[in-house]
Amino acid sequence: MNYQVDENGFYGPYGGAYVPEVLFSTVQNLSQSYQGILDDPEFKKELSRLLKLYVGRETPLYPSPYLSGLHQTNVFLKREDLCHSGAHKINNTLGQVLLAKRLGKTRIVAETGAGSHGVATAMACALLKLPCFIYMGEVDMKRQFPNVERMRLLGATVVPALSGSKTLKDATNEAFRDWINNPVDTFYVIGSVVGPHPYPDMVAQFQSVISKELIQQVPDLTGKEVPDYVIACVGGGSNAAGSFYHFLDNPAVKLVAAEAAGKGLDSGFTAAATFRGKSGILHGSKTKFMQTNEGQVLEAHSISAGLDYPGIGPLHAWLHDTGRAQFVAVTDEEALDAGIALSQKEGIIPAIESAHALAALSHLDFKPTDVVVVCLSGRGDKDLETYIQYSTSKKSSHDQI
Amino acid sequence: MIKFKENRLKAIFQNAGKKLSIYFTAGYPDLYDTIPILELLAKSNVDFVEIGIPFSDSVMDGEVILNSHKVALENGMTIDILFDQLEKIRKKISIPIVLMGSMNPVYQYCFEEFCRRCHEVGVDGLLLPDLPLDDYEKYYRSSYQQKNLAPIFMISPQTSNERMSRIDALGEGFLYALSGNSTTGGSSEIGKSSDYLTNLSNHTFRNPVVLGFNIKTKEDIQFAHEFADGAIVGSAFVKILKDGFDKTRIEHFLKQLI
Ligand SMILES: Cc1ncc(COP(=O)(O)O)c(C=O)c1O
Repeated sequence: MNYQVDENGFYGPYGGAYVPEVLFSTVQNLSQSYQGILDDPEFKKELSRLLKLYVGRETPLYPSPYLSGLHQTNVFLKREDLCHSGAHKINNTLGQVLLAKRLGKTRIVAETGAGSHGVATAMACALLKLPCFIYMGEVDMKRQFPNVERMRLLGATVVPALSGSKTLKDATNEAFRDWINNPVDTFYVIGSVVGPHPYPDMVAQFQSVISKELIQQVPDLTGKEVPDYVIACVGGGSNAAGSFYHFLDNPAVKLVAAEAAGKGLDSGFTAAATFRGKSGILHGSKTKFMQTNEGQVLEAHSISAGLDYPGIGPLHAWLHDTGRAQFVAVTDEEALDAGIALSQKEGIIPAIESAHALAALSHLDFKPTDVVVVCLSGRGDKDLETYIQYSTSKKSSHDQI
Repeated sequence: MIKFKENRLKAIFQNAGKKLSIYFTAGYPDLYDTIPILELLAKSNVDFVEIGIPFSDSVMDGEVILNSHKVALENGMTIDILFDQLEKIRKKISIPIVLMGSMNPVYQYCFEEFCRRCHEVGVDGLLLPDLPLDDYEKYYRSSYQQKNLAPIFMISPQTSNERMSRIDALGEGFLYALSGNSTTGGSSEIGKSSDYLTNLSNHTFRNPVVLGFNIKTKEDIQFAHEFADGAIVGSAFVKILKDGFDKTRIEHFLKQLI
């Protein structure tokens, strides 16, 4: 089975570039030039220099005594939360903003959900001196306010997305509309493995630095050549794509994607695209997303703004259909509990997105000898308010009993 | 290659004279307003109409049309209801009808079945801005052809001359040329991209060319007619429907345009 994008920009039946004519030539130019630029020795050198000295890579692969004990196996955390900016998103934004400069673009737009991608884009733009406009749903601006302030401090203009559910999907629509109105000078830095070809593949390649480091780190730490499991959360799927990337063709490595079940798969408040979605065309590609029978896109729900998106990238739709990756659905509550536990037992406050991957551990059966890598995609500083509210309400309902 | 036969849309372009089209959203401002609006436009000097199929996430549209989509969906508009409405009115009116919308609702309806119903209820053309030419050629062309549904494609300031020729070869009825780089109802002045418009009017097309997006006034229409065979008014028309269907108001608006 082939898990790489084909020459037409598809993963099996998924992917492609479903964009209006205004964007056609922009997207086509990008798909004809991106691989050449990514493979160019000068570009590679500059990107790896920045990843090392600016982002602080490589990130540690940390053996977690708490999680290993809890699950009676060997759990390792890939510490993307230690990246500058506090999440994996910067691996991608530095790559794309460097690429945008190469292409002579003078203005950057991006969408953001949790604000992690917005912050990472704002940082890359401050560093590389390009003006940037970040679209963020009004609801998300409230629940991730610290990130809004960070973006502003970094010099970005944060534009509230006021349409639809006022979350990530709508921020993405607004960023697309901006791009349609400015197709020549503007580069759209997409924050996940979604959007028209070549974005899903390009973002997966930028994030593949995660699995590239694992190739070295796993044998060094465990003596095993490859991990038995790689587990990551999936919003659009960029940290998962990056964690899986170099293992896609090795069936010995089990790949697990944790989707946000929200309040439960059957609650009507969920974001689990592979469980409750079907194939269609959204944000420039054919992929799986939640929609009505008439093809209207449904609003997603997840406590975590970064997973609050009705779809997943085309690569993940393909990994799902081929059975290459196992998808598990993790509820808001399971994720919050797992996040709080890691904070208390190990002194690491994970992003609520990443906490979904931690909670997925309880859905799986491990052998004591297994090597299990969990991608800790980001840190939880932005989520303090949600964590605190949750523990307070849990405590008070506990006290009442 | 199978040829597209004549239909109402192709027929109107046989006559000399610049054309005018009006866009409105199905099921807006009220679910059943599609019918009286169509009747009114059919009686006016408007040459053909475009009816928008509402979609929750239409990225091509600006504020005014987006809002109309939102309201139409809240009103309960669906493709099936639209087809029923068109079926009822088709016997009474002869104005050519083009349907326009994002691809996903049509894809979920099933393309072949969608084209079959279009034919049954008298739709003459279909414009799906996010349908790639490659997909059209590979998967959908025969569905359009069998049901004599004219495939309408867009041209933008970003379209190369070579690609314009390909679009012209595949398109039928007319080519939808954007007035500039924008979503619908953009604030940009038409005429800014005059190099593009001049290039457009110098290019030899097999199909007529109709200019759309940001055309709001009589002056805009006259300007568009200098470069193209017709003009389409969308957001400016949808805007006057905001407070409800009002026959006098619509007639007044149309009188000012023509
Ligand atoms: C920390 C963190 N992890 C994961 C995600 C989800 O994105 P993706 O699925 O593309 O990795 C986000 C999105 O904002 C995030 O902030």
